[in-house]
Amino acid sequence: MIPAAFEYHRPKDMAGVLAVLTQYGDDARVMAGGHSLIPMMKLRMADVPHLIDLQSVEGLGGISVADGVVRLGAMVTQHDIIDSAELASAAPILRETSLQIADPQVRYMGTIGGNVANGDPGNDMPGLMQCLDATFHLVGPDGERTVAARDFYESAYMTAREDDEVLTAVSFAVPQGGYGYVKQKRKIGDYATAAAAVQLVKENGVCTAASIAMTNLSDTPVHSVAAGDALVGTSVDDAAIKAAVQAMLGDIDPAQDNRGPVEFKRHAASVILRRTIERAWSRA
Amino acid sequence: MKDEVTTRESRVDALGGMGCKRKRVEDARFTQGKGNYVDDIKLKGMLFGDFVRSPYAHARIKSIDTSAALALDGVIAVLTAEDLRPLGLHWMPTLAGDKQMVLADGKVLFQGQEVAYVVAKDRYIAADAVELVEVDYEELPVIVDPFEALKSDVVLREDLVAEDGSLPDGAHGPRKHHNHIFTWEVGEKEATTQVLDSAEVVAEETVYYHRTHPCPLETCGCVASMDKVNGKLTLWGTFQAPHAIRTVVSLISGIEEHNIRVISPDIGGGFGNKVGAYPGYVCSVVASIVTGVPVKWIEDRMENLMTTAFARDYWMTGKISATKEGKITGLQCHVTADHGGFDACADPTKFPAGFMNICTGSYDIPTAYLAVDGVYTNKAPGGVSYRCSFRVTEAVYFIERMIEVLAIELNMDAAELRRINFIRKDQFPYKAALGWEYDSGDYHTAWDKAMKAVDYDGLRAEQAQRVEDFKAGKTRKLMGIGLTHFTEIVGAGPVKNCDILGLGMFDSCEIRIHPTGSAIARLGTISQGQGHATTFAQILATEIGLPADSITIEEGDTDTAPYGLGTYGSRSTPVAGAATALAGRKIRAKAQMIAAYLLEVHDDDVEFDVDRFVVKGAPEKFKTMKEIAFAAYNQAIPGIEPGLEAVSYYDPPNMTYPFGAYVCVMDIDVDTGEVDIRRFYALDDCGTRINPMIIEGQVHGGLTEALAVALGQEIAYDEMGNVKTGTLMDFFLPTAWEVPNYETDHTVTPSPHHPIGAKGVGESPHVGGVPCFSNAVNDAFRAFGLRHTHMPHDHWRIWKTANELGLHG
Amino acid sequence: MSKKMHITLKVNGEEQEFLAEPRELLIHTLRERLGITGPHIGCETSHCGACTVTLNGKSVKSCTVFVAQADGADITTIEGLGSPDNLHVLQTAFKEHHGLQCGFCTPGMITRASKLLEENPNPTEEEVRFGMAGNICRCTGYQNIVKSILAAAAEMNAVKEAAE
Repeated sequence: MIPAAFEYHRPKDMAGVLAVLTQYGDDARVMAGGHSLIPMMKLRMADVPHLIDLQSVEGLGGISVADGVVRLGAMVTQHDIIDSAELASAAPILRETSLQIADPQVRYMGTIGGNVANGDPGNDMPGLMQCLDATFHLVGPDGERTVAARDFYESAYMTAREDDEVLTAVSFAVPQGGYGYVKQKRKIGDYATAAAAVQLVKENGVCTAASIAMTNLSDTPVHSVAAGDALVGTSVDDAAIKAAVQAMLGDIDPAQDNRGPVEFKRHAASVILRRTIERAWSRA
Repeated sequence: MKDEVTTRESRVDALGGMGCKRKRVEDARFTQGKGNYVDDIKLKGMLFGDFVRSPYAHARIKSIDTSAALALDGVIAVLTAEDLRPLGLHWMPTLAGDKQMVLADGKVLFQGQEVAYVVAKDRYIAADAVELVEVDYEELPVIVDPFEALKSDVVLREDLVAEDGSLPDGAHGPRKHHNHIFTWEVGEKEATTQVLDSAEVVAEETVYYHRTHPCPLETCGCVASMDKVNGKLTLWGTFQAPHAIRTVVSLISGIEEHNIRVISPDIGGGFGNKVGAYPGYVCSVVASIVTGVPVKWIEDRMENLMTTAFARDYWMTGKISATKEGKITGLQCHVTADHGGFDACADPTKFPAGFMNICTGSYDIPTAYLAVDGVYTNKAPGGVSYRCSFRVTEAVYFIERMIEVLAIELNMDAAELRRINFIRKDQFPYKAALGWEYDSGDYHTAWDKAMKAVDYDGLRAEQAQRVEDFKAGKTRKLMGIGLTHFTEIVGAGPVKNCDILGLGMFDSCEIRIHPTGSAIARLGTISQGQGHATTFAQILATEIGLPADSITIEEGDTDTAPYGLGTYGSRSTPVAGAATALAGRKIRAKAQMIAAYLLEVHDDDVEFDVDRFVVKGAPEKFKTMKEIAFAAYNQAIPGIEPGLEAVSYYDPPNMTYPFGAYVCVMDIDVDTGEVDIRRFYALDDCGTRINPMIIEGQVHGGLTEALAVALGQEIAYDEMGNVKTGTLMDFFLPTAWEVPNYETDHTVTPSPHHPIGAKGVGESPHVGGVPCFSNAVNDAFRAFGLRHTHMPHDHWRIWKTANELGLHG
Repeated sequence: MSKKMHITLKVNGEEQEFLAEPRELLIHTLRERLGITGPHIGCETSHCGACTVTLNGKSVKSCTVFVAQADGADITTIEGLGSPDNLHVLQTAFKEHHGLQCGFCTPGMITRASKLLEENPNPTEEEVRFGMAGNICRCTGYQNIVKSILAAAAEMNAVKEAAE
């Protein structure tokens, strides 16, 4: 498995990145940790004449929690997330999710930016970002703009990011209440058969806010407003969970693959979602 | 003298001989990154070969255009079948008596088949050139189902149909259909039918053992180097049978065998994958002959999974009969064996379905009949023994499933059913209905020990409670208890009935004792992780009384090692281990004469004692083996040649029959299909134990490969013949996270015909492990009416089983 | 073929400078260009970990890193962990506890384990299994690998305590 030849660019700043993107258009592609892109290049399923390595670009790293907002630079790795005491207290769901991505070596290289930007429905962070109602920060020739994570994904590998834009950071309000990220997979290193991200706020035994999203059950991550609504105002009892699951089943559209047929995936989705809601509620 | 004050026990310990947990001598280089695997070999001017492979499972090749590839800077050559045809090398013989295309000759029969071979200055240029070779394919109808193949008008192998449309006999007799390869029958067909027809109870089931792959961590590869000045070809490669490869290369290339040197360097796991001869080897040899410089070929992981040596793919339909009390009276088995596009099974010549006729298992079954039909399909060729002796895993899986199904039919406990049908200790040597003569066994002792160790009755009580709890809605997890008692047949084999390409399946050992009392021993086998350099030295230490640490074991170089058939099918210890012991005894016999001369007594008046010969009745008079070794080289001893060397070629009188009792306890989540292995107990009886540490390591590893196969590992095809499991994302190799800790145990029933009583162990845990894991899954659902569900038991298939049983409400 | 780049690496403490195509995979740089053949190629899709090296303090699968990305990096392979006269504790522990068979996964396994123990000097069995889940072994079933790593941790801690 040998990739085709390419020109390599390692700019030091965003202007340099944008200059290469502008110059080469479709022929150029940015790369963070490379653990999604490089295997595709090695299988010659991705043709990248100009590769822009973001590792030296200033300002793409860093985790900050300030004024109730969490901000992660695009180059923050899953390992950084797992290692961050600040995040563990501000948004523990991030750590719980990161620990279920790939394996230790891949997590040293895999970045939040790469994971959310490439639009692979198998990636876990996009679903989590739906749940957290995150904001994606993009920089392009016309400057910076933001896109809500919930508006970002169009279909598999197709996103709201323009070809000449770079995703530089994600941010979201410090999540409130109980959380859970539960993932069924065949083994370490696998994508989800079904995975769910849930944040629930409990006040006096009643759910006052709920955000629910799932991974790898459609060609985009699935944020189900209806599933969350089904829990709000309830004590998250069996009937409410059933309703939430039912709502989610209306929003997912899984495809058959080696993990199993559609019918199984729908069942797994319902079981995993129920467990995630129960876990989040127990922590709320 | 120091020796006089040391005890006999301490002298035994000092040898590091048989039975001790000797640390491995191989580990120093492996732990420091200094192993020497084939891809580590770097020769001056070495070129790289890479294949253009077919994207289609069945297609005619209309044209191949290599011009763009040849125009690429750094490309030396692009070989196609047309280039090999004048040499007669566009096809090659397979180990199963069929022939296989080296490069596609007009058509392709499976996805990934070798179409053209690019030779370039480095692997990057070779990979670029592969992309530039243009092949025009005309797609043909694809057959991936062996049952459909036997009905289809589509002819997969036109080369095996005569011009008049008739079907010439194959290597194993008449063929019934153009996609049929052979029928192999063993046992008494009519008698078995009669027994089944008149039986009180008959259980019937179809058991599919899915296609999978040995997938060693190192893929296959070679470096061919033709020295045109001296006319010598050196071939380094991942060969489990280097001598056989040398003979095959000589036969097909015409180079005399003495001018070919085959070297197996360190091998990164084999598990059967590295037994066969592959087009990559042939093309690399040709390329080196043509270019006059060394050529390296290393397959990548996808190529490995898609093309070299699958395993299993047996559809086994069985009937087993018994009395109402559970005494088994007869067994019938029919196999439809999917061999892919070419029959490249690695089996001894007379056994086209390997030793599938060990399928009567550990049980005293008076009447049995087996028939196997081999079939061509549009899948990769192979059919190797993946961590087992030839088709023994299939046989054991079959009988251990049939026993479980019979237990259900009889409404009987499966452990008890086994117990009342085991071959009794006093029946050995036991002549089985399908022809084998089991050498030794004590199944009841092993079984009872296992049942006691796991508190079998307690487990069943817990399971019954779990079923109650499940029915009451208190849990969604079922508990499965997997049982297996397996009997293997390994150590192929007696030359009278075992050969590969006409080469008898003996093995060999040659020993040279050096003057200062150290030694080198060379064998016809080759370690792929089994630790031969450690264990064979232990055998010798005990046999010749020199410390294992003073004995170098060398394998894998055909210029220096004696001829042998290699390492697979757990044959190293039973065959080469025996040769080692016997060569050691030849050394000892000569040493005895030297000792007697030195001690000035008659030969019969000295006896061997650990590390020396002593005068009978006068233990203070002795000569150590070290002293004897020196004398062999520095004294003129009347009537005795100088030197101390021996060679032994061992033709085993029989196979060996290791056995074991395994128990697996698992919890199954019926909603997600996830499995949690709570406990795995493995009792192995491999006869005499040479190194308990290594045995335990082999058991852990074999069980883990068994877990993988039973719970998810498969080579799956879609209906177009596309491989769906070509990378390690989809081909299941478990990590440390998915694997439990195992409990190991043993009994010792030596083989009566083996010089040291050893039977071999490397494959037992895989052979016994697969049915044990599978039986646990099946057993979990027995209370809900399940008889049998096919492997692999991955999440969705377990979920499907639960779903079909109505367990999802 | 694309334009060659000037690359500088520090491998096992030695500076290395050469020209290479940016697409050259780090594992090939190490194995073929520099003759450092301890790290192996197993799966080529970043699943098996046989090619694991330490790159700027991270455990990395070198089959999925371009040499261009590694330009300027500090790399340690199995060859840099210990020497015949001064073995790393893990190298000794793997031999002592039969933590290897064919040896093909071993360099990556030990290199990864060294990083794991650096980050977590006192791991539980579960933490070892999780922390080693990026490395596949086909021979040992992991039981003795886990045992080797736990033993090495205990040994390293004992040495550290004795020194304090």
